[in-house]
Amino acid sequence: MQKLLLLGDEAIAQGAIDAGISAVYAYPGTPSTEITEYIQASKQAAEKKIKSLWSANEKTAMETAIGMSYAGKKSLVCMKHVGLNVAADPFINSAVTGANGGLVVLSADDPSMHSSQNEQDSRFYGKFALIPVLEPSNQQEAYDMTRYAFELSEKFGTPVLIRVTTRLAHSRAGVTRAKESKQNSMQLPGDLQQFVLLPAIARRQYKRLLTKQELFENDGLESGFNTLIPGKDKSLGIVACGIAYNYLLENFEGGKVPYPVLKVGQYPIPAKLVEELYNSVDEMLVLEEGYPIFEELLRGYLNKGKTVRGRLEGSIPRDGELNPNIVGRALGLAITEGFETPSILRGRPPQLCEGCSHTDSFKALNEALEPYSGGRVLSDIGCYTLSALPPLESINSCVDMGASITMAIGAADAGLFPVVAAIGDSTFTHSGITGLLDAVNHNSPITVLLNDNSTTGMTGGQDSSAFGKVDDIVRGLGVEEEHIRVITPLRRNHEENVKVFQEELEYRGVSVIIARRECIQTLARRMKLKALEKRKEKTLA
Amino acid sequence: MKKDIIISGVGGQGILTISTVIGTAALSEGLELKQAEVHGMSQRGGDVQSHMRLSSDKIASDLIPQGQADIIISVEPLESLRYVEMLNREKGWLVTSMNPFNNIADYPPVEDILNAIWELPHYVTIDANRVAKDLGSIKAANIVVLGAASPLLDIKYDSLEEAIRTIFAKKGEDIIHLNLKALRAGRDYAQERT
Repeated sequence: MQKLLLLGDEAIAQGAIDAGISAVYAYPGTPSTEITEYIQASKQAAEKKIKSLWSANEKTAMETAIGMSYAGKKSLVCMKHVGLNVAADPFINSAVTGANGGLVVLSADDPSMHSSQNEQDSRFYGKFALIPVLEPSNQQEAYDMTRYAFELSEKFGTPVLIRVTTRLAHSRAGVTRAKESKQNSMQLPGDLQQFVLLPAIARRQYKRLLTKQELFENDGLESGFNTLIPGKDKSLGIVACGIAYNYLLENFEGGKVPYPVLKVGQYPIPAKLVEELYNSVDEMLVLEEGYPIFEELLRGYLNKGKTVRGRLEGSIPRDGELNPNIVGRALGLAITEGFETPSILRGRPPQLCEGCSHTDSFKALNEALEPYSGGRVLSDIGCYTLSALPPLESINSCVDMGASITMAIGAADAGLFPVVAAIGDSTFTHSGITGLLDAVNHNSPITVLLNDNSTTGMTGGQDSSAFGKVDDIVRGLGVEEEHIRVITPLRRNHEENVKVFQEELEYRGVSVIIARRECIQTLARRMKLKALEKRKEKTLA
Repeated sequence: MKKDIIISGVGGQGILTISTVIGTAALSEGLELKQAEVHGMSQRGGDVQSHMRLSSDKIASDLIPQGQADIIISVEPLESLRYVEMLNREKGWLVTSMNPFNNIADYPPVEDILNAIWELPHYVTIDANRVAKDLGSIKAANIVVLGAASPLLDIKYDSLEEAIRTIFAKKGEDIIHLNLKALRAGRDYAQERT
């Protein structure tokens, strides 16, 4: 078959299509977004009628996938690492219910926090849930492992987690496809109580999960994704997980590593392979992208065995993503120096686009807040988080999706008045609605700035679940009509908008100011498409 | 054959297009390739870069090791300097547009930036905006810079042209033609200097 040039994310998407999924469920989040976008754009996926609309959040995505698994079909759930926190409840419990149709969860981690608020390691979640985890080292493996994940899921009746990190997710290389597998037809589980986690049944199901552990480990011996590669120099044994394996090879001419290497792509790592390596070498080096999970296991709490080097021991920095140089240094190799970075270099942080509606919203808010002391704006996750930076410097928090409103309630309870919660439309439907319901029920004196740019902007303009529904939702939650204010954040409306903020800031109850203007990126894209269509019509005419 | 290339600029300046043209051309010549891109937050007016690795043999790492890049191709002069520690000291070339994209408060004087670039042993600096504007649209400035780097790529010029035809196919003949001219103009400029 012909080779395709695919991002790691796209290789996963193609792998899932070829594995015979009937749906992908996801909420956008860097670096996972491109998986779902690829499936949405795929002709092959359309022909197979694969469902691929965005979900409201990762939890609804995960639950929907469990429903599809219950009904016997295969589906993929995608999210970024922090999205798995949102989906954690159904995710962990899906391990106890087990899978009927193939159920594969993809979590894309972001070490070095390129676009994230932490660098948590999803492999922990796999271990926590007691399910198999696959971690590809390159784009071909991303494709192959996704296909294998569905096999594994159905073979053992378990959800399977695939973990990638930013570099693989967003790097392209050639990928060879394999033969397509069929989609499943609907088939309910043989045991109709399998998904009923009442204590008595849950205990039975949990025991079943525990007995599968040995099977999971043994599968890691047979799948071919964990391999012990011999090496003559026994002074060091290297465990290389996922993409770390590439960085290791990069340091040796022709990829010829002189040391024995355990290449890891599937967890739990078979103890047999680890023991064989450990017993044959003087010391160990563990290369893993993310947390030192395996290093910690290998060294043990008291660290009394052979020397185990890695992030905990200090050969590798404790935080941040790996690269060929970090691995080279850990191996004691000389690093080629480039040119010295000139002192005139300046940082260039991301910023709101020229003409962005958020700029006008926050300028008006800033002015309305001038009479008060600072630190009154609890915010959320989206493009508008960039208003924390100069020149706006408007917001004082960004913790997790939806936390703006709920944190504002807490701060108001502590006595902060006025207090503002700033949230976007997509974040609002992701996790803000329940918080606003709390605010209404508590009659909290908070002002919510709902930045409605009618898209999920930061991740590139995906459809927002809130589209066309924001006002009705706010009204339906019980916010008083006269305190639902809709403004158009434009420079020419500045004075008027400041006045609206001033009025609502002084109100001792819940008010919601909906600042509505389309994202200029999606607007530009729409206009371009329109122009293209027009030109097409013209040529046709 | 092995070329390690850093492509840099500011989010929205079209560096992914440069990567895609090189990538498409390299594939048509049967080369192995890896290309690490920046998506997400930095795309909003921040610094972006792409690691493009071409080779006739298998490539291990998606990232280029420090001090081993053969070329830096930059559509912005300050951004070109951000990656000089990646550049090979003996044979590395820096090819950049001279046109600043000034969206930060402490942007240094352009003369200082250019002087720092001109201290490197191998460089091409080009007024890509002017060249592109003369050809009809400033939007083709990124392809002008690609043209200026093209003599250093070890990829057939025909393959690059063909890649442009493929990538811009949807945008119509005029845009294809503009970009082919931009590629040529950048190349002619550089060939007098490399």
